[in-house]
Amino acid sequence: MKKEEDLEKNINPDAVGDGIHSIQKVIEPPKHASRPIVKYILIAVSALFLLVMLVIPLIVALVNALGDGWAAYKEAVLDEYTLKALALTLLATVSAVLVNTVFGMFAAYLLSKFYFRGRQALATLIDIPFSISPVIAGLVFILTFGNIGWMGDFLKAHDIKIVFAVPGVILATIFVTFPFVFRELFPVMNAQGNDEEEAAALMGAGGFTIFRRITFPHIKWALLYGVILCTARAMGEFGAVSVISGHLRGKTNTLPLHVEILYNEFNTTAAFAASSILVILAALVLIARNIVEWKRK
Amino acid sequence: MYVEMKHINKTFDGFQASRDVSFGVEKGHLAALLGPSGSGKTTILRMIAGLDRPDEGDILIDGKRVNDLPGSKRGIGFVFQNYALFRYMTVADNIAFGLEVQKKRKGEIKSRVEELLELISMKDLGKRFPHQLSGGQRQRVAFARALAPNPQLLLLDEPFAAIDAKVRRELRTWLREMIGRVGVTSIFVTHDQEEAMEVADQVILTNLGRVEQVGTPEEICLSPQTDFVREFIDAKRFEALMGIEKEEA
Ligand SMILES: Nc1ncnc2c1ncn2[C@@H]1O[C@H](COP(=O)(O)OP(=O)(O)OP(=O)(O)O)[C@@H](O)[C@H]1O
Ligand SMILES: [Mg+2]
Repeated sequence: MKKEEDLEKNINPDAVGDGIHSIQKVIEPPKHASRPIVKYILIAVSALFLLVMLVIPLIVALVNALGDGWAAYKEAVLDEYTLKALALTLLATVSAVLVNTVFGMFAAYLLSKFYFRGRQALATLIDIPFSISPVIAGLVFILTFGNIGWMGDFLKAHDIKIVFAVPGVILATIFVTFPFVFRELFPVMNAQGNDEEEAAALMGAGGFTIFRRITFPHIKWALLYGVILCTARAMGEFGAVSVISGHLRGKTNTLPLHVEILYNEFNTTAAFAASSILVILAALVLIARNIVEWKRK
Repeated sequence: MYVEMKHINKTFDGFQASRDVSFGVEKGHLAALLGPSGSGKTTILRMIAGLDRPDEGDILIDGKRVNDLPGSKRGIGFVFQNYALFRYMTVADNIAFGLEVQKKRKGEIKSRVEELLELISMKDLGKRFPHQLSGGQRQRVAFARALAPNPQLLLLDEPFAAIDAKVRRELRTWLREMIGRVGVTSIFVTHDQEEAMEVADQVILTNLGRVEQVGTPEEICLSPQTDFVREFIDAKRFEALMGIEKEEA
């Protein structure tokens, strides 16, 4: 009897919601369900795993970065090429986030509010960057925009350089982070349906008012979450960018590429110093992500 | 006639949802669109509201052909099947929305919202959000929201469908009374004949996209004109219903 009561208490009636966020709420374990020893073993295993896979490597990175002292670290971080790489990483990230946010919103709107032939096919197409290896994506861009590529002559004639240049890096970053915003928005917009928007339109509201007062409040947390995932992925992108950039130091090197070059030159301190910038950025994104998840309830 | 449908045809991807639909509703009347599921009731309502366009035929409101007029210019209020309340707005903001869009003055909006909250007996609930309301309360908010801009015509799609049977009876008497008090011409969709017979001045019976019969509840029950009507209407239940009403009176 008592057990049943406890179980009921632990099921939160408010926790009807979407996806992963409600899982945390629904599956609050019953208090006396299993023996404590199982719990401690599981905690130990998880902690050990995190320690080996995450904490130790991060500590090693930081120790190595500071291995030659604070001055050397500072010098490596403020190195001209490192700063340039950082700037390019930020440029590519911001571009990818902007483009994919706009695109993701339009695509999610289109696919959730209109019914047409090929709707499903389009949704699948948008997911391609998730399933394709980034290296292949980079190669495809070279084949399309490179000198020997499909559009090579046209681009050459108009003096536009994409491959082995900054536009290529940006393009590749956009490509690999393409689906994130859409993927977050689509289920939310799909679940909302058209009725509220139709109701507002019938009362004479214009398209912008409808978006601002009805659609946007509904999607804002999902949108922000998508933007954060997109940012994280864009900053860390290696494969596609590596193929298309040509590794031109100070020109087309992003931070991850720069780290690899430094490491290959046995310049360990500098490599780890540059990595630490990425680690800090990632930590910021992680914090933002947790805030958003928490706000989203 | 305040609303007139004249030989309306409507096809969705090769499926004909309305076949030569014609009927009229008089000013101040409450009409019921009654018919089995999939018979095209919602389609008719959406065409009157301007949410869908008929392929053929004319829609007249107050004597004017409105086929080319956007829904927002037709002077209608619409209550959706699931109410479609704006879930990120309070009850008061929901009711105020239509007036805000029309750029009415702040003071005017405020007093109108208060008036309507009073009408639906929810004076103290204006600050709540839709998910904090019961089904019946939501229904009343949807009704108030539709009435806020003073529409000449009120359209309701299955206004009681989402409400359990016990409360439904109360609510439809309430709605009947409200509509009478406001004096707005109204059309509501239902697939429950008892509901239609009990509250409507006029019943429009639909089947397979066609209008089978138009008339008062008595006319439809006592002299059904097609086999479908005869089969669909349970005359005994109707007589019992009328009997109860006579006793009450
Ligand atoms: N947008 C649409 N696209 C395709 N078919 C549609 C569309 N809207 C309605 N239909 C079809 O038209 C027919 C009539 O639909 P409608 O919604 O008007 O029926 P209804 O009488 O309101 O039914 P219910 O009582 O179940 O709500 C149905 O067979 C439906 O499948
Ligand atoms: Mg319907």
